Amino acid sequence: MNGLNVAVDMAAVAMPHMPEPDAKITVRDLNFFYGQSKALKNINLTLGTNRVTAFIGPSGCGKSTLLRIFNRMYDLYPGQHAEGQVLLDTTTNILDPKLDLNLLRARVGMVFQKPTPFPMTIYENIAFGIRLYERLPKSEMDGRVEKALRGGALWDEVKDKLNASGLSLSGGQQQRLCIARTVAVQPEVILFDEPCSALDPISTAKIEELIAELKEDYTIAIVTHNMQQAARVSDRTAFMYLGELIEFDSTQHIFTNPTDRRTQDYITGRFG
Amino acid sequence: MSTVTDSAPAINPIYSRRRRADIVVRALCVGAAAFGVTWLALILFTLFLNGLAGLNFQLFTESTPPPGASSGGLLNAIVGSLIMTFIGVGIGAPLGMLAGTFMAEYGRHDKLTSVVRFINDILLSAPSIIIGLFVYGAVVVPMGGFSALAGSLALAVIVIPVVVRTTEDMLLLVPGPLREAASALGLPRSLVIRRIAYRAARAGIITGVLLATARVAGETAPLLFTALSNQFWSLDLTSAMANLPVTINNFVQSPYEYWKQLAWAGALLITLAVLTLNVGARILGAERTKK
Repeated sequence: MNGLNVAVDMAAVAMPHMPEPDAKITVRDLNFFYGQSKALKNINLTLGTNRVTAFIGPSGCGKSTLLRIFNRMYDLYPGQHAEGQVLLDTTTNILDPKLDLNLLRARVGMVFQKPTPFPMTIYENIAFGIRLYERLPKSEMDGRVEKALRGGALWDEVKDKLNASGLSLSGGQQQRLCIARTVAVQPEVILFDEPCSALDPISTAKIEELIAELKEDYTIAIVTHNMQQAARVSDRTAFMYLGELIEFDSTQHIFTNPTDRRTQDYITGRFG
Repeated sequence: MSTVTDSAPAINPIYSRRRRADIVVRALCVGAAAFGVTWLALILFTLFLNGLAGLNFQLFTESTPPPGASSGGLLNAIVGSLIMTFIGVGIGAPLGMLAGTFMAEYGRHDKLTSVVRFINDILLSAPSIIIGLFVYGAVVVPMGGFSALAGSLALAVIVIPVVVRTTEDMLLLVPGPLREAASALGLPRSLVIRRIAYRAARAGIITGVLLATARVAGETAPLLFTALSNQFWSLDLTSAMANLPVTINNFVQSPYEYWKQLAWAGALLITLAVLTLNVGARILGAERTKK
């Protein structure tokens, strides 16, 4: 399959000691709490601009929790709070309580585990997000919707049924619709929270190709349970365990020569 | 069935016992269902038998007749019922939807929500005659007389808990990830609710309002002490107003054959209206599950 070749190429590109690009997101001494229980312990890392950073680790290790800090998703729920510093572009403090969350989320988009098309037409699913930020004449909006659907590698499949319900699409198409919807509002960072865990292998391959294309324009963070996927799509990989960041390095390094014993056990499937 | 016995020739005693229990339980279930449906069928049959004869054009063009008359209709009662049901739902449904929205969206983790839900459940099962007495004390006595307005308010009080309950339940059924996805696009909470959650729950919420409407359309007790009834045509909201349930109640107890006939026709009308509303709610609900 094409996806595999891409993966090999990308692994070759991601040399262990290639220079780090400018940090898009910088995490310093981050701790996170669900009520009293500490879910993240002293995390330090950076997400490089236009890089794909993968987060792997067993269930409950805190990788999704970390991802949901980057767009303050946890703010929707009471009793959760973060301490430390998370910077976007070194200028915006993501944890600032006075930060306008809607503007933050316009800059940091998110794609979820389960496809979540809105209960409206395919066209409206895309146009809806754009209208939040811009008022466009119909013709221009049509162009933007097409561009977004092309960006989500979905245009050819839906161009003749833009007025069909978003819920009528297959699971893989729905997920690409959600990616297109996220791309449409032109964020700077896209967070993927296990985007393929509900999809079949062919849809998964399409999404992985899409991620490889998207990193030209966006900084990407992806949480995945699938280690082959992390190896295929990412430049850098973070291995987390029990709320700690155990190892963070180039993807090639993590998967061929991990430094920490726990990383090695996990990627070889020997984790007990 | 036969294939099962064939493949297990030496019938296991545990298995045959289970089969006997299954047959007994199934028979009991079918019997209970048939028992319930029989009464419903009998009620409908009697209604049609007695009511159909009274269904005629006059019913919708003439007001209720004086005692002993042998012609007349239910126009004033039909219109009165429509007006009071409409106002009652018009007041109760928005209030109920707003309260349900608060409970499911803004106050989901709030203590106040559990308190409101508890009280709402009590209100939901409160006998409607109590609600009629309450409105009598709160509105009729201070206003100095029975009025359509008081009747509407009593109906609204019945509508509120039904709509609160269905709105909350339907909004809670909207998947959390859908809300998160909308928030992740940068939607403020008010828009997440209005544009996404309401949209996803729309059919269910409308179904709730329809069911509440069906419920109050046939309520008699709360109107007895509030709108009373009126023998004459009246659209004045501040005075007593005719309505189908109380008219039926009065006519059925009368000695006049024609009044009794009208009562049957009125009962059939209400039943048909409620049936239509329920079927409408069913169809909407089916559309919701299809998605």
